[in-house]
Formats: sequence, C-alpha cells, structure tokens
Amino acid sequence: MGRRVCPSKRGTRNAKLFQRMTWFNTFAVLLVTYLVVFFQATFNELRHFAGVQVDLLPSLVVYTALNGSLLALCLVAGLGGLWIDALSANPLGVTLLPLFVAGLLIHRSREFILRDQPYAQMMLGLSASAAVPVITLIILLNLDAHPLVGWFSLWQWIVVSAVGACATPAWFAFFDWIERVLNYRPVPEGGYRPDREVKRGRT
Amino acid sequence: MLRRKQLIALGVMILVTVILLKLPTRTRTNLKLAIGGFFIPLYGAAGSTEQLLNSASYATLPRAELVRQIDELLQTNQVLQMRFMLAEEWRKENERLRQQLGLPRQYQRPMKIARVVARDPANWWRSLKIDRGSRDGITNNAPVLAVHGLVGRVSEVGYAESQVVLLGDPDCRVSVLIADEHNREQGIIAPSSSSPSDDALVDLGFISRNSKLTAGQTVVTSGQGGIFPPGIVVGQIADFRTVGFGLYKEARVSLAVKMNTLEEVWVMMP
Repeated sequence: MGRRVCPSKRGTRNAKLFQRMTWFNTFAVLLVTYLVVFFQATFNELRHFAGVQVDLLPSLVVYTALNGSLLALCLVAGLGGLWIDALSANPLGVTLLPLFVAGLLIHRSREFILRDQPYAQMMLGLSASAAVPVITLIILLNLDAHPLVGWFSLWQWIVVSAVGACATPAWFAFFDWIERVLNYRPVPEGGYRPDREVKRGRT
Repeated sequence: MLRRKQLIALGVMILVTVILLKLPTRTRTNLKLAIGGFFIPLYGAAGSTEQLLNSASYATLPRAELVRQIDELLQTNQVLQMRFMLAEEWRKENERLRQQLGLPRQYQRPMKIARVVARDPANWWRSLKIDRGSRDGITNNAPVLAVHGLVGRVSEVGYAESQVVLLGDPDCRVSVLIADEHNREQGIIAPSSSSPSDDALVDLGFISRNSKLTAGQTVVTSGQGGIFPPGIVVGQIADFRTVGFGLYKEARVSLAVKMNTLEEVWVMMP
C-alpha cells in the first residue's frame, strides 16, 4: 500500500510548484500596474489615431494568474480595477470583478496550460482582453449607466483584444528580464565538496 | 471545480464589488477621489518633465524666430486691446440700457485656468481630469470652457483635482439655442448617435420640424437648466435630418472646441 497524501496538502504543493513569482515580482507587477493605469489615462496617441484606448490590465492579470499566487492575483486585479475606475467615469468597483474573474479562470487551470509558449500566452491575453470589457459592460448596463456603445464599440473591442494579445508575451519577457537584472539569484552549488577533496602528494 | 481558497477569494471580491457599488454616492465619490489621489505625484512628475522639455526646446529656438514671434504677439496684443476697448464701451452701454429698462444686472463670473492632467481610460465615457479642486474654489457642475467655446461641466470635485464630463458624454446634456436672427430654436445637445466615436460631433435634438436650419448656423447655450450661462458657443450645425416620422428635426453639431487636443481649460467659478 502506498502512502496516501492528503488532497489539501497535495493542492498546496502543486500551487507552490506552479508559483514562480516571489514578493519581488509581485511588487514589480503592482508597480507596473500603477504605471500602466497612469499611462492609459495620459497617453492618447492611439485614441486620437484609431478612436480606441488600449487596456493593458487584462494582460497583466494573465501574467499574474499564470505565475503568481492567489494573493498576488487579488492584489493586481483589485488595485488595478480600483485605480482604473478612480481615473475613469466608471462607477467605483465596476472593473474589479471582471479582471479578477478572468484571472481566476486562468489561475485554476494553469497546471494544464503550456504557459511558457508565446502562442498560449497570446491566446490567453486575447481571451482575457476580450472578456474583461464585455463583463464590465454587462455590469455597467445592469447598474443603469448609459455608456457610449454602438457599432464602433466592436472596432474598439477588436483593437483592445488584439493589443492585449500582443502585450501578454511582452509582459512575460519584460518581467523575466526584470527578475534576471534586479532580483537576487542564488549561485548554483557546484560539484566541489571540500570533505571529498583528494589530497595528493606526500603527507 | 474551484478550490476552497479560490472560492473564498471570489466571494471576497464579489462582496467588495457589491459594497463599493452600493455605497452612497457621496461616499463613493470621495473614495474614488481619494484613490485617484494616488496619481497626483505622477501628474506632478509628468508636468515637470513637460516643463523641462519645453524649456529645453526654448533654449534651442533661434533668436530670429523668437523676435518674429514677439512681433506677431505685439500685433495681436494691439488688435485685442482695440477690441477690448470697444467691448468695454458696449458693456457700459449695455449696463446703462439694462438700468433704464429695469432689467437685472449681469455679473461676469470669474474664471480659473486649469491644466488637463488625464483623460478617461475607458472607451465608453468622455471625461478628463484637471489639476484644480475644492482648495481652488471649484464646485460641482461648474461650467468648463476653452478659448473657442464650451467644453463640459465639472462632475466630481476632489481637494486638488476634479473630473470634467465633456460635451458628447451621456452625462453632459446641454440646453442650447441656434444663434440666428431669424431662428432662435432651442434644443438639447446629446451624444452623437451616428458617430459616437467621433468626439468632434454631437447631436442637437428636439428641434421643431418647421425650424429653418442651415449648415453653419452657430449653436450657443440657452441658459436654461441653471448650469451653463447663456451665450457660450457650443459649435456649428454640420447637417440635419427629419426624424420621428417627420415630427421633429435633428442636427449634427460640429463642436467649436477640439476635445482631443485640450491641454488647458477655464473653469467658471460660482
């Protein structure tokens, strides 16, 4: 009879196995989230050119959901949602839930996702960037708000989804680079052991 | 299936969302402005960087170009002084005639300049943030103008920043009239139904079917509604059509102010 492992312990072990983000990464993602929200409110070139403002938060949520803990996901979705609503005419809290739900769906099945593949990252970024505005819009319409929605929204939705898809692999590359450059990395132990040293020569 | 921790997190998030959405409007607005306050240091940094870049570009501007610009400004200044003198005469005459007719005196409301620091990151609203708040005497619903005409109204006031809803936003409807000698028809400015993505166009609705509309007619605020004083330029009629089975007319108005290039605005004080 093999030793039985408690399911909850197995879950914890799996979660830790798939969790690559340290506190440093979580802090870096939160800082980038803050800057991204500010960028979205102040960078208007694409809005003037194509009539669309991009939304990079869903792609950040995808990155966190695939690499971080549940707490990191809560922080990124929660603070990102609150920050974006604070700068927008959205009712406060309306973006929080869509971001979290998109992240949670990815987080729960990340063990089955080839998350190192750029194609998978792009597809997840596309799905999240497409889903978040739709869920937000549904909540807004249920709140009796009257957002500017029409046929042109389809164009905005396509552009936002496409930009989100392209941004997701870029976030992976960016945060990998940040970690390589700034984070502490322990030097791997070599095969040399002083107690096994062969002393040559006469003693 | 979601694990226990994930279910708890989802529950907490739903609870937080519901609480935030069900907060009283005043509390929600204050909370929103407090969270928005996180970005004030970045606005300051962005403003300083812009100033630094501007001063760097001034340093590289050739002297001949500066002299040419000064000459141009001197000429413009003279023209404006002449116009100001004439306007002052008309103002006095207007006041005198009002006094003779027994009409109430018109007061010029003071204005305060504000810098646009951010725009709405969501695609379905038209609003922007300015760097003036209650500490500068800004109040809710204060009209916001630019040099060429009306921009919108203040919708939320924080201590050091405010949110402005622009013309064309569903929350900014303005009662206007056509400033024409033969046609003083009134209507309501609403978001454009045909091209909502175009922030240079809005709809002018509820105009009677017998109204004589022509493209190019100027549209100004009517003063009804109590928020916007009368006579502020909104835009010009671009085209019009009959709607509601011929019952009334609807026009598209090209806004006088280019909303996407706004950098500074004027807030009308109470």
